[in-house]
Amino acid sequence: MTTTAHHQVGDQRKRARGVLGSTGLYVSVGVAALLFLVPFYLIVRNALSTDPEITGENWKLLPSFQWANISELFDDPTVEFGRSMVNSLVVAVSTTLGTLLVCSMAGYGLARIPYKHANKVFYAVLATLMVPTAVTFVPSFVLVSSLGWVDTYRGLIIPGLFSGFTCFLFRQYFLGFPKELEEAARVDGLGYWGAYWRIVVPNSLNFFAAIATITFISAWNSFLWPLVIGQDPSSWTVQIALSSFMTNQTVNFHLIFMATAISILPLVFVFLFLQRWLVQGIAQTGIKG
Amino acid sequence: MSTTTTRGVAQPAPAKASQARPRRGLRGNPTLNFWLFTGPFLIGLVIFVFVPIVWSVWLSFFDARYTVTPSNFIGLDNYKQILTNSNFPDSLLTFSVFAAFIVPTTWALSLGLALLVNQLRFMRAFFRSVFFLPTAVSYVAAALIWKMSIFSGVRFGLMNTVLGWFGVDNIAYLADPTPPWYWLVIVTLRLWIQSGFYMILFLAALQNIPAELYEAAAIDGAKKGWQTFRYITLPQLRATSTAVILLLLIAAYQAFDEFFNIIGTKATWAQTPLMELYKAALGTNQDYGAGSAGAVILSLLICLVTLIQGKFMGFGRGDESK
Repeated sequence: MTTTAHHQVGDQRKRARGVLGSTGLYVSVGVAALLFLVPFYLIVRNALSTDPEITGENWKLLPSFQWANISELFDDPTVEFGRSMVNSLVVAVSTTLGTLLVCSMAGYGLARIPYKHANKVFYAVLATLMVPTAVTFVPSFVLVSSLGWVDTYRGLIIPGLFSGFTCFLFRQYFLGFPKELEEAARVDGLGYWGAYWRIVVPNSLNFFAAIATITFISAWNSFLWPLVIGQDPSSWTVQIALSSFMTNQTVNFHLIFMATAISILPLVFVFLFLQRWLVQGIAQTGIKG
Repeated sequence: MSTTTTRGVAQPAPAKASQARPRRGLRGNPTLNFWLFTGPFLIGLVIFVFVPIVWSVWLSFFDARYTVTPSNFIGLDNYKQILTNSNFPDSLLTFSVFAAFIVPTTWALSLGLALLVNQLRFMRAFFRSVFFLPTAVSYVAAALIWKMSIFSGVRFGLMNTVLGWFGVDNIAYLADPTPPWYWLVIVTLRLWIQSGFYMILFLAALQNIPAELYEAAAIDGAKKGWQTFRYITLPQLRATSTAVILLLLIAAYQAFDEFFNIIGTKATWAQTPLMELYKAALGTNQDYGAGSAGAVILSLLICLVTLIQGKFMGFGRGDESK
């Protein structure tokens, strides 16, 4: 009784403060949100403008909606933008699927298969977390070029599959996976392989979706490795293509911004549709680069 | 017990293993399965992580210009060279200053956003999405917008347009390193891309603070606002804060994408450590030895930072062995 009464008083007080406080709160959140949206507005506005509209002295809020900029970008023979989008898609999708397969299996093995040296193997994996991936690009480039993988999908995809960090996240997740479900698998006479594919994976789809989203985003957005490995324009990913626009002497503003807009679009979709998993995954796992 | 027997009959080969662990485990030999599951990953890890690291350390002791299979052992000369005859130490110093600035500002902004969003009753998911959305944008794309639209040094740039309304002359943000306006460009870009991600971490942590703590504080007469924040919220966020600071520090020393695209490698200012390594190893000299030496130094530095931070954060927390 007393607690409910206490709560009611609290609620009333909250409500009284609420009207004053929440106006201020929503104003400040609203202003911050507008500032965060400005760059998105600029991309869309500039992408659908003509060059004089972008570079003119008089700032116009709305563009003249040049939808033809899209076809102009893809038809431009001097930039292989369509090709770079395809490259990015192939790389990001394969990296995501490959990482999920390889790292989740390893994580499961480390977490759940009783093997007496499992912890030693786990420490070897942990040790790789100490060396930042960006710093190893010099030796990795040396290795990949001596394998003859420069300018190939193999070179872009395979070295990125073996993320100690993703493996670590899967291990932590599988440690918390309910043992009862595996008990059921044991009763059904399944082996590790069967239990993994028929019990563990189908019951972990949320976590897989979260890791998939994070992996896809970082693969799509990665720059240094594709820059190092993609020497020929036909092997450029979309980030390298964008970067090359910036250093080009002839600047077609409307095409540059259209390319930027299109390069961001897939990820905005990923964000809007998979946000639930993404937020949950990040909150659960804590981290990405 | 009965299941053990049945499995023993059905699978004579792994029966020994089953008897050793009568109540646990699935059918099949654990050792074999362990290697089947972890093997593909471990092979890749050895080839694409361990081998490059070892190779890098090895290269750093050799004269390795234009070659990755050098024969001329030169000891610590590469280290001496990259620390004296290049801009690498300067870049380390510059980026320590950069880290000292970007880490607290991102920390404060992401925490501030999390506190704001956490108080919202309506449209919380909407505002969370808005602040989080920049995480989807690559540094390259953001660099493009920042360089060519917001901070382009001419009148049509957004910043100069806005300043023009107040009668301020055009500022060339990127053309001239004095005064260093380019830091404004870089810092705002990084804040925009990073903050939403760390805001999510703080939001998760805020929601894990038990409500009883606030109730107890209210009974003890703590005023809402600063006092509860200072004595309840902040201490409860300590683990998340240290994790965030660690990640931000590592990210600051690994900066590359936006500096490469906004400043470029030809400039003499604001060259990040990775850009210096990129120039040393993949530039005109192709000096893999010096590049590797720099990579080793940078790795050690980041490890040191991680270890110091890890002391506070409890790095080995995930070690619940079975």
